[in-house]
This record gives sequence, C-alpha cells and structure tokens, in this order.
Amino acid sequence: MLWVAWKMLIGNRVKYLGIVFGVVFAALLIAQQSSIFCGLMSLTISQIRDVEGANIWVMDKNVQFVDDVKPLPDTALYRVKGVPGVAWAVSFYKGIARARLQEGSYEQMILLGLDDATLVGAPGGIFMGSIAGLRSPDAVIMDEAGYRRIWPNEPYRLGRVFEMNDHRAVLVGITKASRTFQSFPIVYTRYSQAIRYAPPERKVLSFVLADAAPGEDPEEVCRKIEAHTGLQAQTRQRFIWKTIRYYLAKTGIPVNFGITVFLGFLVGTAIAGQTFYLFTVENIRQFGALKAMGTSNSTILMMVLAQALQVGVIGYGVGVGLAALFGQAIAGGRSRLSFFMPWQVLAITAAAVFVIVLLASLLSIRKVLVVDPAIVFRG
Amino acid sequence: MRETRLPDTSPAGIDAAATGSAVRVRGVTKSFGAGGSLTQALRGVDLDVPYGELLMLVGPSGCGKTTLISIVAGTLEPSDGEVVVLGEDLVAMRPGRKVRFRRDQVGFVFQSYNLLPALTAVENAAVPLLIAGWRRRRAVEAAADVLERLGLGDRLTRLPGELSGGQQQRVAIARALVHDPRLLICDEPTSALDAENGRITMELISRIAVQPDRAVIVVTHDSRVYSFADRIAAMEDGRIVSVEAAPRATGVERPSA
Repeated sequence: MLWVAWKMLIGNRVKYLGIVFGVVFAALLIAQQSSIFCGLMSLTISQIRDVEGANIWVMDKNVQFVDDVKPLPDTALYRVKGVPGVAWAVSFYKGIARARLQEGSYEQMILLGLDDATLVGAPGGIFMGSIAGLRSPDAVIMDEAGYRRIWPNEPYRLGRVFEMNDHRAVLVGITKASRTFQSFPIVYTRYSQAIRYAPPERKVLSFVLADAAPGEDPEEVCRKIEAHTGLQAQTRQRFIWKTIRYYLAKTGIPVNFGITVFLGFLVGTAIAGQTFYLFTVENIRQFGALKAMGTSNSTILMMVLAQALQVGVIGYGVGVGLAALFGQAIAGGRSRLSFFMPWQVLAITAAAVFVIVLLASLLSIRKVLVVDPAIVFRG
Repeated sequence: MRETRLPDTSPAGIDAAATGSAVRVRGVTKSFGAGGSLTQALRGVDLDVPYGELLMLVGPSGCGKTTLISIVAGTLEPSDGEVVVLGEDLVAMRPGRKVRFRRDQVGFVFQSYNLLPALTAVENAAVPLLIAGWRRRRAVEAAADVLERLGLGDRLTRLPGELSGGQQQRVAIARALVHDPRLLICDEPTSALDAENGRITMELISRIAVQPDRAVIVVTHDSRVYSFADRIAAMEDGRIVSVEAAPRATGVERPSA
C-alpha cells in the first residue's frame, strides 16, 4: 500500500511539486544560511586554526577572543617557560598595521610576528617563496587573498616592497591562509620585525605560544600555567570555542541568521503543509473508499507518513544540493561570502525537514483518520 | 484467495451453494443527531438476503437506503437491532475485526467509481488484494485476469481518466470482485451511466457477480435495471415497505440458492 500512496502523491503533479517546493525552500534556506553562519564563525577562529605547532595559547586573563589582544610584558614568556610540563614557549605578535603601498595608498593589514628562532606559527600553505625567506631583512609573507586584494588582476610576484610604520617590508612569499573575519590581508614576519612595524607601545607581546611536554596532558599544563603565572592559558581547541562563543553571545550574528533560518522553516512548513492538506482533501473520497474496502487506520497512517517522508527525502536532497551548489559557486568566484557546510549542518537540516514534513502531514493525518468510510456511499 | 468465477450451474455447484441468509437484519434503527435535531434514518428494518441472490434496494432519496447498506457493510453502527452478515454479528464485532471482515469478505461498487486517478485500470482493480497484503506483481496479475473476463483486456494500462464511464465502472466491478468476496454491495452503480452502459453494467453484475455462495445488494433508483434483480425491497421513510420478486432480465439465468 506504500506504493499506492506514492503513486497517489506523484499522480497529482502540481500538488506534488508544490509540496516538494515547500520542503526544498526550507531545506535550501536552512542549509545555506547555516553554512554561511558556520563559514562566518570559521573566519573568526581562522588565525587560531592556521597557527600550527602550538597547542597552548597563553594570554592576558581578560582576553575574550582571539582578536581581543591585551599585550603582555616580555617577562611573561620566561614565566611560562618555567612552568613544569611546558615543553617550549615562544613569543607571538598579533596586531593591526597600516601599510603604505608604493603607489601611495594605505591598507590595513593583520600583522603576525613569529618567534625569530623557531618561526612557530608559520603558515603551512606557502606556494611561492619559502618560510626560510623570513630570515632575510625586512622579509614578510602575505596571504594569497590579501595579495589579490592589494594587487588585483596582477600576477603573483615576489620582491614587492611597501612600508609599515615607516619601515620597509619586502614580500618574500605568498601563502594560502584562512580568510579572517575582517578580510584584511595577513602579513607574517619575524617577531622582532613585527614589533618594529607595529606602532610603539610599552608592551607588545600578544600571546605566548607553547606546547605540553611529552606525556603531559595539555589541559593540565594550562592549569599549571594559570596557577604559576596568573595568566590565562587555553588549549588550541578551547580557545577556538571561546572565540566562537564570544561572537555568538556578544554579536547579533546568531540572532540574524537564526531569524532567517526560522523564517525558512516557517514558510517551508506553511507551503508544504497547506499543499499537502489540499492534496489530502482532494483525495479524501479515495481514502474513504480505501477504508471502506478494509484498509485499517494504521495502514492509512503509514500511507500518509510514507507520502510525507518521500517528499521530505526529495525536498531535503534537492534543497541541500542547491545549497551546496551555491557554496561551490561562491568558492569558485570572487565573492567574499564565506561558506562552510560541516556534517552538523546536514544533520540539523535533516532534522528540520523531518519536523517540517511531520507538521505538514499532521493535519492531513487527522483528516484521513477521522474520515468516515460511509462517505463513499453518499454520492 | 479464491479465483473469481463465472456461475457454476452444475448440480454439484448448486449443492455446494451456501445455505441460509448472507445478510440478516432485524429491528435495525439508526438515528443521527440529538434532541431537537434528531433524525431517524432507519425505523426498525428487517431484511434477509440469501446467498445467490441479487437484491435491489429502491426508494426515494433520503429513505434510508444508503444508511442501511452502510450498516450492512460494517461502515456504520446501528443505533439498535441485529445485523448478521455472512454469519458474523456485526454489532458485536470489534472495529479492527470489522475492517478485516470488509477487506476479506465484502466487495464494493461505488456510485462515483472512486478509482484512484493515478493508478492504471489493472492497478486499481488490484487494490483489494494489495490491501490484503498481496505482492504487487501477483495482485496485478490476478486483477488483469478479472479485467480480461470483463472485456477490458486491452485497457489494463489506461488511467481512469482515459476510460469511458462504462469502462471505469467495469474496472470498479473488477476491483469489487478480485478478492472473491461473499457479499457485493453496489451503490447506485448505473446512476452515472447512460442506458446502454447501465444495462451492460447490470448484466455483468448479474452474470458474473452473483454466485451460489455470494449475495449481491444493489442500491438504485434506476427503474431501467429493476429486471436484473431477483427481489426488490422498497424503502420509504426509514422502513422497508415491500419485498417482491422481480422479473429476471432476458437471457440471464442463475441458479437459485
């Protein structure tokens, strides 16, 4: 009888497409907006994610997220090094610098200063030049997106020169790097170089990057650092989630996206539900005839649910597929919109579609369950 | 599941016919509403329909014909009275059992066919078997066999919308008989048909549906088809006012029960 249910559904092509459209609309909007939201959130933690090799971040105890830099005294580095369980610790600078380009224009840049000796935190996606080039005087490495922003439509070329804080900077490498929330170019240099590029301040140390000694639990080492130094110590993963939670709690981003997602859910449910109900009403005599011929209420219920499920599966597949195509189009184009579709977005969209088809079918279920089979005898 | 059969007029076949009444109704009343809006649809109906008989239930609109067959079919509960169909007490029967009873024992031909528009003729005819849990292929094969006997062998894959009214009604008859029910209830089977198709429909019902172990009840107010009945029960104002033998239609011979 499930086959009969599906044929009944598909037989009314207009209504069928209307119901599917409602689900597709909802699935597309939910998946797309959730993915854009995830993409935005991934931008906020991109600089934590891109720093490889250090599993512990040490910072001022009042830092709330990765861009909330509160400089530390230089002695913080040595205090962290002295904590039992710490394998190593290096300085890390993070700030915003204003670059003056050769043609005279200015550009804000994210400036990252890596430990001179070890270059811990260097980007892993360099495709032109080399990390070792940073040891040259005035050497900087820039991210690919930043290069295209500053020199659009120009081929990649090393050796470009610009100034930051009246100090010369020479491009020695171009790297792939995660885009940032601010979308500024990212410039990597040595720590000693970075503090010269940065505006003069009494304290310049942004973070201390460290790692736990072999056999030591990084969380435990973080607790020891905090106990010994009074600073804040976070594992990489915990700092990522701390930053995300800040943006969730302190900005209107989740509310805005949540409203759009909710509206998509509501509109999708309304369209699918109304069309599904109309379909059921149009077929109520057929359902009555089936009941008169001996179809039980449980079978009728399964038929309606099977119809709803079929619409849900197809609508989900098409909706999520369209959202993924949208993401592909953005990734391939020059759009600055970020799009990230982890499996959690797919799961949440599936759950939402399930609720939509369930709600959409509830009225229909009630209608067919209470239909009196005797109506077929009334002409 | 028994195969749908043409009438067996051999002595052995007649001997094998079921005895007693297929339908026995005693003192059945049915009221709708309450208080000032109380409507008495049936006012103490007594009726017997033996096996092997085609009984026509006639009367003006609103006399209670539809209510009575709904009760006999098990789709409506009487307010009072006794209803025994195929040896089963429908009043005492639990709802779930009643659904299975209809599925296995009763066939319906509806006034407006009630075919599923998205299913082909053979798929529509197979529906009772699908309801009974038959696999689709086997059900469709059995339905095709019945449709061929009803002269629709070349229309199996047509949708209802592609069939004439008479053809649709034949599909409905095939659907009503495919699971070999022991009671066939036809509600105004000719009202939507012209005279010729109405005659053909009644001929089919009379010739193929009526079996020694099956009873057929036809509700109609189409006097053109009265001659196909064995008996005619006239209803008026919720009561059966007369039950008379009807002249047999020319050329249609059936064994008496």
